[in-house]
Amino acid sequence: MGYVLDKEGLNRTLDALSEDFLLYAPVRKVGEGRFTDVDVVRYDFVRSVDDIELDAKSDYSFKEILTPLSQTLFYFTEDEVHEAGGLGAPGSPAGTADDRPVIVFLRACDLHAVRRLDQMYLGNGPTDTFYARIRDRVRFALLGCDHAFASCFCLDMGTNVAPEGWLFSLDRAGEGFACSVADDALAPAFAANAQGEKDVTPAHVTENEVHVRVPSKVPNSIYKDPLWDEYDSRCIECGRCCIVCPTCTCFTMQDVFYTDNGRVGERRRVQASCMIDGYTDVAGGASYRKKAGERMRFKVLHKVWDFRQRFGYDMCVGCGRCDDVCPEYISFAAIVNKLTDACECEEAKDE
Amino acid sequence: MIQDVNVKALKKNAFRQSKVRGETASRVRVPGGLVSAKSMARIVEIAEEFGNGEIFLTNRQGVEIPGIRLEDVPKVNALLQQIIEDTQINQEDTAHGYLASGTRNVVACPGKRLCPFGCYDTTAFAQRMDHEIFPNNRHVKVAFTGCSNDCAHVALNDFGIIGMTEPQYDPTRCIGCGQCVNWCQRRSVSALRLVNDKVVRDEDRCIGCGVCVVYCPTRAWTRSPEHYFRLKIMGRTGKQNPRLAEDWLRWVDEDSIVKIVKNTYAFIEEYINPDAPEGKEHIGYIVDRVGFDEFCKWVLKDVELPEKCERATRVYWGGKRYDRENDLR
Repeated sequence: MGYVLDKEGLNRTLDALSEDFLLYAPVRKVGEGRFTDVDVVRYDFVRSVDDIELDAKSDYSFKEILTPLSQTLFYFTEDEVHEAGGLGAPGSPAGTADDRPVIVFLRACDLHAVRRLDQMYLGNGPTDTFYARIRDRVRFALLGCDHAFASCFCLDMGTNVAPEGWLFSLDRAGEGFACSVADDALAPAFAANAQGEKDVTPAHVTENEVHVRVPSKVPNSIYKDPLWDEYDSRCIECGRCCIVCPTCTCFTMQDVFYTDNGRVGERRRVQASCMIDGYTDVAGGASYRKKAGERMRFKVLHKVWDFRQRFGYDMCVGCGRCDDVCPEYISFAAIVNKLTDACECEEAKDE
Repeated sequence: MIQDVNVKALKKNAFRQSKVRGETASRVRVPGGLVSAKSMARIVEIAEEFGNGEIFLTNRQGVEIPGIRLEDVPKVNALLQQIIEDTQINQEDTAHGYLASGTRNVVACPGKRLCPFGCYDTTAFAQRMDHEIFPNNRHVKVAFTGCSNDCAHVALNDFGIIGMTEPQYDPTRCIGCGQCVNWCQRRSVSALRLVNDKVVRDEDRCIGCGVCVVYCPTRAWTRSPEHYFRLKIMGRTGKQNPRLAEDWLRWVDEDSIVKIVKNTYAFIEEYINPDAPEGKEHIGYIVDRVGFDEFCKWVLKDVELPEKCERATRVYWGGKRYDRENDLR
């Protein structure tokens, strides 16, 4: 069922939903960007539509709720372990005391990304219980995309139309909003505050400026292909591409002993990036993939080849955030195309 | 031809006395170092019509048009008027070119408008300052730079303003990658270290350059909403005792800086050496003569420094005293 709402109506609806849910959406953080007086759009808890950045692509993805940047898993004393509760940062609306489920507002590509995160944490060997605990509390609301942003390549990754799994959608419609409500249980909250009922189809992208061709076959010789060499000097190994990526799932562990009492502490897991130095450090001091080009190869092949070998579809969803954030103007889309060209070139040689 | 020119008036009108007899150079003021393409084109027109077709770019971001005949000064002044208006010089007279030259062009690096490290809008602050202190015949040099790199060489000015941000740290967004620690060490002052995989900032050592914010991959580091400044004072070049400006205030605000610089003019009027050549004396020499406390008394009049502002109770300068000794050690 679809509804047309003005802003006040939508806010009353969100108020009603807030009785049962926390709302988590892209928010414009004024002046919190990298550079002076530049904003950043990242996810946070919201109360009304005025808090939500509906028009810009979020610089950082929704994944921070499912795989927090820094998450305390448990606290330990000498003979006891206490599992950390809640989700989100301590003191946030989703702290320990609040166990409402969370509705995450995201776009079609990001909802496709959820499937990748689930695949890695729930469908790749034993279930990750810390992920599952948060995931069980998370629902989704779809933000329509009536146009693509400059770096998007969702069409070529097949992620421009949202999969099922959202409770309701949200699009701008003139001065007001249009919502398609897929979950019948939520319909009364919309019906009570809507201006009218109407068939609503969430907008989706039908055209991208950026086009990407993924390789259909990657020969082992690509491992030593010179195409990676330029990134040895171009890439500064900052890992911003992975941090903003909605499908990067790598994490590392931090065991912390409180300084006043060296036998009490906590275990955290934090997001990690295969591009950041130290990622492949192993016991004994060895380190694999020392060069930035080698790290780039690992990352790119994971996104558009290796993941597909195991699960049958590509990891990358074409949101283009990595291209937007790279300080060195390294385009992931360009690398994928270079990779595909090189693979096809190798194949032609073999024939 | 009789050439009877009041050279002192000519200089105050922002024309240089040229070594070429009969010629002068027009000194175009460019506050904040930002000039519109239109004004630049007019400068070119003046150089081609009245100059020798060449243009000097000055050390203080102004422009000098050489090769102008002294008798053409009124015509050049007429053409300068559009540039004076376009660069928003604070004068109502529209017929006589620049009304002063003593208070030098206010310099600024491109700051946050262009530079990833710029901590504030240097251009806007420079333009505001120029509006407040020009036209004035007193020899005062003010320069603005976006961060502690001091690309604008503000340490060579009477007042050097350096942008600062107070880094804000959100440990819940920190993954302990250590890039801020690394870059603070490589590009700045090693004010950060990792303790239990989170970052600890040495607040006393931190110079507020914002390098940590630029390199943080997660927005664990962000900038303070407030823009802060470090005020260095009494830097100078020159023959007797050139020296770098030294820190006087840090974490100070924009309004206080404007008041302090404006107050300085009354201090100069009171204490300048009456025999100073052409009424020009670096303020630092006056401060040396009358004492730092007296300087503070005058320039801090009606200034309420914010609580956060830190102030050096006394400032000491280095620099060789060439008027006392000229030895190569």
